[in-house]
Amino acid sequence: MSASTSYIGKSIKRVEDKRFITGKGNYTDDIVLPGMVHSAFVRSPYANAKIKKLDITKAKAMPGVVAIFTGADMAAVNGVPCGWQVNFKNGATMKEPKHPLLVADRTKHVGDPVAFVIAETREQAKDAVEAVKVDYEKLPCVTSPAAAVKPGAPLVHDDIPNNICFDWELGNPKSEVDEAMSKATHVTSLDFVNQRLVPNAMEPRSYIGSYDPLHEKYTLYTSTQNPHLIRLLMCAFVLGIPEHKVRVVGPDVGGGFGSKIYHYTEEALVTLCSQKIGRPIKWTSERGESFLMDAHGRDHVTKAEMGFDKDGKILALRVKTFANLGAYLSTFSTCVPTYLHGTLMQGLYTTPKINVDVTGVFTHTNAVDAYRGAGRPEATYLLERLLDLGALEMGVDPTDLRFKNFIPPFDGVKQPGYQTQVALQYDSGNYEGVLKKGLEAFGYKEFRRQQKEAAKSGKLLGVGFSTYIEACGIAPSAVVGSLGARAGLYEVGEVRIQPTGKVSVFTGSHSHGQGHETTFSQVVADKLGIPMEDVEIIHGDSDSVAFGMGTYGSRSIAVGGSAIVKSIEKIIEKGKKIAAHKLEASSEDIEFADGRFTIKGTDKSMAFGEVALTAYVPHVYPKDLEPGLDFVSFYDPANFTYPFGCHIAMVEIDQETGKVTLKRFVAVDDVGTVINPMIVEGQIHGGVAQGVGQALLEGVEYDEDGQISNGSYMDYCMPRADDMPMFETSGQVTPCPHNPLGVKGAGEAGCIGSTPAVVNAVIDALWSSGKKVKDIRMPLTPERVWTAMQ
Amino acid sequence: MNVKIKVKVNGVEHSHEVEPRTLLVHYLRDTLRLTGTHIGCDTSGCGACTIHVNGKAVKSCTMLAAQADGTQITTIEGLSSNGKLHPLQEGFHQEHGLQCGFCTPGMIMTAADLLSTNPKPTEEEIRHALEGNLCRCTGYHNIVKSIQHAAKKM
Repeated sequence: MSASTSYIGKSIKRVEDKRFITGKGNYTDDIVLPGMVHSAFVRSPYANAKIKKLDITKAKAMPGVVAIFTGADMAAVNGVPCGWQVNFKNGATMKEPKHPLLVADRTKHVGDPVAFVIAETREQAKDAVEAVKVDYEKLPCVTSPAAAVKPGAPLVHDDIPNNICFDWELGNPKSEVDEAMSKATHVTSLDFVNQRLVPNAMEPRSYIGSYDPLHEKYTLYTSTQNPHLIRLLMCAFVLGIPEHKVRVVGPDVGGGFGSKIYHYTEEALVTLCSQKIGRPIKWTSERGESFLMDAHGRDHVTKAEMGFDKDGKILALRVKTFANLGAYLSTFSTCVPTYLHGTLMQGLYTTPKINVDVTGVFTHTNAVDAYRGAGRPEATYLLERLLDLGALEMGVDPTDLRFKNFIPPFDGVKQPGYQTQVALQYDSGNYEGVLKKGLEAFGYKEFRRQQKEAAKSGKLLGVGFSTYIEACGIAPSAVVGSLGARAGLYEVGEVRIQPTGKVSVFTGSHSHGQGHETTFSQVVADKLGIPMEDVEIIHGDSDSVAFGMGTYGSRSIAVGGSAIVKSIEKIIEKGKKIAAHKLEASSEDIEFADGRFTIKGTDKSMAFGEVALTAYVPHVYPKDLEPGLDFVSFYDPANFTYPFGCHIAMVEIDQETGKVTLKRFVAVDDVGTVINPMIVEGQIHGGVAQGVGQALLEGVEYDEDGQISNGSYMDYCMPRADDMPMFETSGQVTPCPHNPLGVKGAGEAGCIGSTPAVVNAVIDALWSSGKKVKDIRMPLTPERVWTAMQ
Repeated sequence: MNVKIKVKVNGVEHSHEVEPRTLLVHYLRDTLRLTGTHIGCDTSGCGACTIHVNGKAVKSCTMLAAQADGTQITTIEGLSSNGKLHPLQEGFHQEHGLQCGFCTPGMIMTAADLLSTNPKPTEEEIRHALEGNLCRCTGYHNIVKSIQHAAKKM
């Protein structure tokens, strides 16, 4: 490969930056269509309330009001579906209540939409919302999953007993785990809450529905992570519109973090109603609405126990979790606490007996679904907290305890993948490698000395570890299908070669900050031996891109990138035939390198561009070959990918106030082969900040009335620049053995590994001063830390 | 009753009638179609709408369009001159100071105000200056580096 077209592994500056730094990004709310009107929602102020009367007469007469739709208008329309079926232990299907576009009878959480108001301007729509009269009968509500399953708790859905959506377990039989646990010389146990978070992508959700009567075709512009998935769900399950008559466009999207995967009711409403009123309709969420309505993350109430033998070997792990699903099932809400959580309980350790038991629970709260990491942060938090706490309780070093329990290195080629007790088979790993590197980068021995020194002058320092693994590159369709997924999880990559040798790539992946336009161009240019400038990446439009599955679960490069590589392999294969014919050689004798097709051992060759031109001007061309050089490929991965890493946090606690300061954060992440180190580091930074946010700052507070008491940026504590140190990131590379690029994915790693490292560091600081605190409820606010210290 | 305003935005004079309640950010986005200034919240908490009014960084959602009468405004679209990127724009590109790009215009406008009063800020001063601007993608690491990059060039 010549130096000029060798791109993989280089920190190429992003090609998408220019439009964003000059204010020329094109987000959904920036789009104005001719004749477009605006909209706003009447939302329930109560968590559980009967709608006794709804009067829109006055509102309808307000200036500029175009139409008002209510629950009665939507009675015949389906609700939005759930995309993953989880069964009860006894085999019964999970409980799946209707999630209506507009509520007609009883609202089930604060923010539940009651009426959809459309007006000429945004302000007129909001004025009319104020004029809609709703007579509610407020009823008792329940917001905690542990409380919701208790006898006598208010029911979210009258026909769902005990508010239980499903109960589910995975791993070894409970009896075997109990037996192993009984042999333990030490059992560490934790009862904790993994608190509810708001994803808080900086761009609020925004949708424009538009209908063209001439072609009987709908267009939905949506701030989504997966345009095709939205089209499928909306057409096939909600509105019953033929799929080819709907175009879904996800233009520039200002962050997702999971919250823009799901098909939301507002998307279906703007689409449906644009046809009804004959004009395009825009709806853009206000931040207050985002807090109420964007699917939240986490919200587990868990009891976890880990048994150790006298040498510190883990013998057993037992986990019981009540997972809050909210009032309705969001698109992937059911798989998050189960197949993305229970399956990660092996961690990096050889634990021989594991049982995880999860009850999915309805409450009078907003829906909970995947938020950056999705189930894996919850699993990692539980495991890594148990490891560090176990070490403190047993008086051993937390790093020694990990080295003792790590699965030994395996590359997945010479050594087989590692079969866990919880269904997954890890692809390749060198877990002790990342911890060793982390300890060196952090200067662990020196730190313990420093910690003791600092204690003499009254300074409280602590270190916390987290050696995590995650399953991403989601996912093998057959595997997830057998586990209840109602969709395949492959990806599509179409590579169109223009006659002049320039390349247009159409990917089903969707970039909302990840830099695909750069990374994917690097891959294509590198593989074809052409300049990056000759490649364009096109994504986010269901009319131009073949049916793809979108971006979530750190899957874009591992699945989407692999689909593109598959197409490139086909292009090179066909190009060899074309070149062989032109050069009068056998195609077996043609080799492709540095952007040239060459007869082996000779200097006779054709440039990639010449072959492209020949494919489209096939005057001298193999008889049995079709013209053209375009290929579309679907890549369905053989397995998940399993990135892993070591995160080390160092904190200082102010003894007077309990305030925790994150002094250092060292991350060694192994995400397989790296295409663009700059972009991967950026992903880790952002993920770590979100994880630190969960540990120290963030958390949704529902009060006893089911109101979010901190639903704004004045109240919900988002991580700010002065909460964070400079992060010390580095990597290790253990290639993925089952995809063509050797990549594993990096989008969620930072968020998965970091939270327990920070909490462990606080606990370590407290134990170092003799305060044997097992747990402090996240976020670790000064008040909670100070209280724990007393 | 609508209010007549005259503003100079990115060097161009505009006069319009606006509703008294129209926020400056809505005037910029809806009337002037300068959509580089973003709206990320409704409590002046996120800073995505930061612009310069008479040379000072202002969250354009905290100000009514009517209050902007007679002022000179710079938005992200007006920051580069003669097709040459502002050192901060260049810094954000070089140091990967943006991912989804939504907070970026506000970040750059806030940073420009900082550097105009404190050309060589320390890391701590940069982080303090960014307190009112939220970013969910970068963890702020590369934003700080981007501003340091620009400070060196300015």
